[in-house]
Amino acid sequence: MAMKGITDFFKKFLPKIMRNKKDIKLGFYGPPNAGKTSLANRICKDFTGEEIGSVSKVPHETRHVQFKEKVEINYKGKSMTFKMIDTPGITTKVDYEDFLKYKVKKNEAKNRAKEATQGIIESIKWLDDMDLVVVVLDSTENPYNQVNITIIGNLVARKIPVLVVANKSDLKTSNIKRIEEAFPEYPVIGMSAKYGKNLDDFYEQVFKISKKVK
Amino acid sequence: MAIKKSDKKIKGFAIQFMPYTEIKYLGSAERIKKILDIAFTNSILIIQGRLRPEEESRLIEDTMAMIGHVKNFKGIELAVISPHGNNQSPIEKFKNKLATRLSGGDLGAVTIIGPATVIKEIKQDPKKIELFLNK
Repeated sequence: MAMKGITDFFKKFLPKIMRNKKDIKLGFYGPPNAGKTSLANRICKDFTGEEIGSVSKVPHETRHVQFKEKVEINYKGKSMTFKMIDTPGITTKVDYEDFLKYKVKKNEAKNRAKEATQGIIESIKWLDDMDLVVVVLDSTENPYNQVNITIIGNLVARKIPVLVVANKSDLKTSNIKRIEEAFPEYPVIGMSAKYGKNLDDFYEQVFKISKKVK
Repeated sequence: MAIKKSDKKIKGFAIQFMPYTEIKYLGSAERIKKILDIAFTNSILIIQGRLRPEEESRLIEDTMAMIGHVKNFKGIELAVISPHGNNQSPIEKFKNKLATRLSGGDLGAVTIIGPATVIKEIKQDPKKIELFLNK
């Protein structure tokens, strides 16, 4: 009888304990140059002292999916461990000539374009593996872009929780309200990854949604 | 060297309309192939209805795979306008979902797809789509 009780206890609670030990896979998705890596860097730097990747004004700086394991985020006395996954920006077109405007040499531009197309494919393939996705949008741009809608549509279809970040709130032309109107079903956090503005609201939402994932 | 009149090529594009029945019974891979084949011919395609989210992402994947493999192909521009806005009541949502199920697709939506060499930009908001073409 006692033995059965012990077995039942482990059957009931062991999977929960094991699942809680698994890190939450937190993905950063969005169009190119929205600030995905800037945001991921800000978090990683704060909690691990290291950045996840390099940032640049030239689009498609991130051309491979990059990770940071075991990022323990502490917020208001609570702690959660994440696997951070920063992905290349998704778009429907890549033209090497666009990079020439940034004084990138022709051969380098062609190579960058090739890697960018492969990176986009890689980003999409990784969608299935996420536990929670932060969709990073540039709040100075029109949010009614089909790529944004496609990314969010795919996350919803896969039942992956979504948090929308309206980044670059420090810029004069930032319009967070327009993003909230475009995606009224999802929490939208207006913030500036560059200056670390409104990170508290971001962590609050990440913790809130992560609890449901666990 | 003088160019003969007959040698002159007219650079241009066509606009093609595709009723939903054309793709309704196709599998995802066939749908996407059909769409991309049209985009390769410098045509702008207007489709009645819309692709499923996973088909839209597959379309982006296949588009990326073709850049660098098809001459002068630099990708696509894509936009969907749907009469079902974001601010629907739960009853409206249910009714729309039911209608979509019964008809086999969101027939009220319109999808525009064109090669990036022809379409420079598509500006979109919930009520309209504006196409800006390359010169």
